[in-house]
Amino acid sequence: MIKRIIAVVAGALALGVASAQAQEVKVGVNLPYTGIGAEFAQLVDRGMELYLKLNADRVKPYKITLIRRDVKDPSGANAKIAVQELLTQDNVDILAGWIYSPNAIASAPIVTAGKKLAVIMNAGTAHITNLSPYYVRTSFSMWHAGYALGEASAKILNAKTAVVGYTDFPPGKDSLAAFKRSFEANGGKVIDEIPMGGAGAVPDFTPFFQRAKDKKPDLFFVFVPAGDHAAAVVKTYAALGMREAGIKLIGPGDITQDTKLQAMGSAAVGLITMHHYHADLDNPENKRFVEAWKKEYGAATTPDFMAVGGYDGMAAIVHVVHALKGKIEVDAALEALKGWKFASPRGPITIDPVTRDIVMNEYLSEAVMKDGRVYQKVIGKIDGVKDACKEQKIGPCAPPAK
Amino acid sequence: MTPAPVDWSEHPAAAAMARRHRLRAWEPIPWVAALAFYFLFPKYLGFGTELLITVLFAISLDLVLGYAGIVTLGQAAFFGAGAYTVGMLAKRGIWNEPITGLILAALVAAAVGLGSGLVLLRTQGLTLLMLTLCTMALLEEAANLAHDYTGGFDGLDSLPIAPLLGRFEFNPLYPTTQYLYVLAVLFVCFVFVRTLIYSPFGQSLTGIRENTLRMHAVGAPVRRRLVLCYALSAAIAGVAGGVWAQANAYVNLGTLGLDRAATVLIILVLGGYGRLYGAFVGAVAYMALSHFLSKIYPTAWQLGLGLLLVVIALFARNGILGIAEAAAHRLRTRATP
Repeated sequence: MIKRIIAVVAGALALGVASAQAQEVKVGVNLPYTGIGAEFAQLVDRGMELYLKLNADRVKPYKITLIRRDVKDPSGANAKIAVQELLTQDNVDILAGWIYSPNAIASAPIVTAGKKLAVIMNAGTAHITNLSPYYVRTSFSMWHAGYALGEASAKILNAKTAVVGYTDFPPGKDSLAAFKRSFEANGGKVIDEIPMGGAGAVPDFTPFFQRAKDKKPDLFFVFVPAGDHAAAVVKTYAALGMREAGIKLIGPGDITQDTKLQAMGSAAVGLITMHHYHADLDNPENKRFVEAWKKEYGAATTPDFMAVGGYDGMAAIVHVVHALKGKIEVDAALEALKGWKFASPRGPITIDPVTRDIVMNEYLSEAVMKDGRVYQKVIGKIDGVKDACKEQKIGPCAPPAK
Repeated sequence: MTPAPVDWSEHPAAAAMARRHRLRAWEPIPWVAALAFYFLFPKYLGFGTELLITVLFAISLDLVLGYAGIVTLGQAAFFGAGAYTVGMLAKRGIWNEPITGLILAALVAAAVGLGSGLVLLRTQGLTLLMLTLCTMALLEEAANLAHDYTGGFDGLDSLPIAPLLGRFEFNPLYPTTQYLYVLAVLFVCFVFVRTLIYSPFGQSLTGIRENTLRMHAVGAPVRRRLVLCYALSAAIAGVAGGVWAQANAYVNLGTLGLDRAATVLIILVLGGYGRLYGAFVGAVAYMALSHFLSKIYPTAWQLGLGLLLVVIALFARNGILGIAEAAAHRLRTRATP
């Protein structure tokens, strides 16, 4: 008993000493800093850094230390070890990162056992936030853009029929499911679904597109990885004369990721996409964000939706640190984040108090040529979009049975 | 007058043969070290568990590659088969007892190994290499497509694995149970492989590796031996996969990927193949280096690892154990002039 009292007193003293010094908050960041995901990790990492740099005054008097760990691949195993050691060795106060969904899914039991706030800055599989009560997502779910695009197709583009062509991998399938559900709920009809090969190599899209053209839909919804796939899609679309046939080419904003868009060049012109962010969004926060980015990382670089995931994630963390006065306790942190509102470069965002997922605007944009570069012109907007998968309790998005 | 019966057991060759599988003084070292690790580094047990599983997986590869000389790039097919067996049974609530789960994993993986081995082992060399790779790719794609059963790319999460022996829970944050459990499984499998290798069956495998034609000539059933070895190795890889799924309470496509198959091959070559303990040395060297380098330099750690591999490939064809053996040999020859 006496021993325990001594331990408690010593602990309290230690705490007192710690709080007297500069209030340091340790954030454990797990990202794939090497391998094929390195490019994405850099975007998220820079987004976080930029927030801390631009808002140095807002962070004070606290000190936020980032402890970075490379998770290497989407296998789940390395991410698990990284998260485990961040919790048990580095004793971090908050966890952040997660590019790949499988890693976020694999880490969930550790996050739950570790009882620390965990901010997901990219991973987009819809049901992830159901897997641990401590997950908060500041990026997006695949359903945000897909579902909003289905609604916009029916209401803004006035389409009645659509054909869907998708790269046969999870984001593609999620996107298809989301689009189809909302398009059909709004009176449209998906008349054909065409899987167009895997994500590994760019296929010859001609047969898929010809099949789509023969069905004579109002819209052709395409989900492919950004970059070479997307460039080939736009070229095939033009070569088959689908625009002349009155078929609009649409997709979620992943296919016009800012970092890949200029390389696609004039081929991208005419693409209509739905997303929560692109670098051409016209709002003061985004102007400041993009300008600071180019100044910091070079005029040739551009932020994109992944960078904004990191930026907003860090904003959420700083908010929690202030709300809790530097003493991060997970339940209080969650309370502080539920309903938290922030003026992000992507427009106003908030965290859904029920699902801990982000609520944000979705922008319908058309790629046009302007001053010799591809520019994304906003032609429509849906405010306050929630993750429809959890909203409607679809499949694994239904809340756990317990 | 009949010649006096020769006592063959005195013959130097017989003595050498008998000595081969005697327990050597240094052999308990890895096990003592693994136990010491448990007490000395309680915060590294997650890494330690992954390390031990990799050792087990590398041993399974050593059996086919190092002893039977079957060059394969598709060993992860069996790792994944074992992992998915445990994962799917547990997720569907059919079977979640760990130890019997491992036996099931071994049986399924062995079946996959036997089935594919019967076809693949008709070929040799590069053809065989490509076919093993294809088998693995086919399984991976099958797991990707069978989304309803395997969870596809996202995998199966939060597997409800029952406590070990009904008593010891698998704690996700402090994997003490996992570590000791995996260590025990590794020990059992290792003893099995060690016994197998020094048995006449194991000797005949080495014979096949060294000279297939001559083994045919002495009437050894070469292909049957190879297929059996392939299936046994698959079973051990399946155990490694099964125990991985149990320790992580999780399975995904990464268990069937080329990444895993290639890494374990690198580990085995690094440690020295055909030496049983090469798996231990290679796994510790590779994984410890990549783990701690990536902790210090999250973005550039691969450079250090790459340099090590280049040095090994250039100067130590037989891996780290090869260096040790050469040094020991030199010492011995110097001692006896």
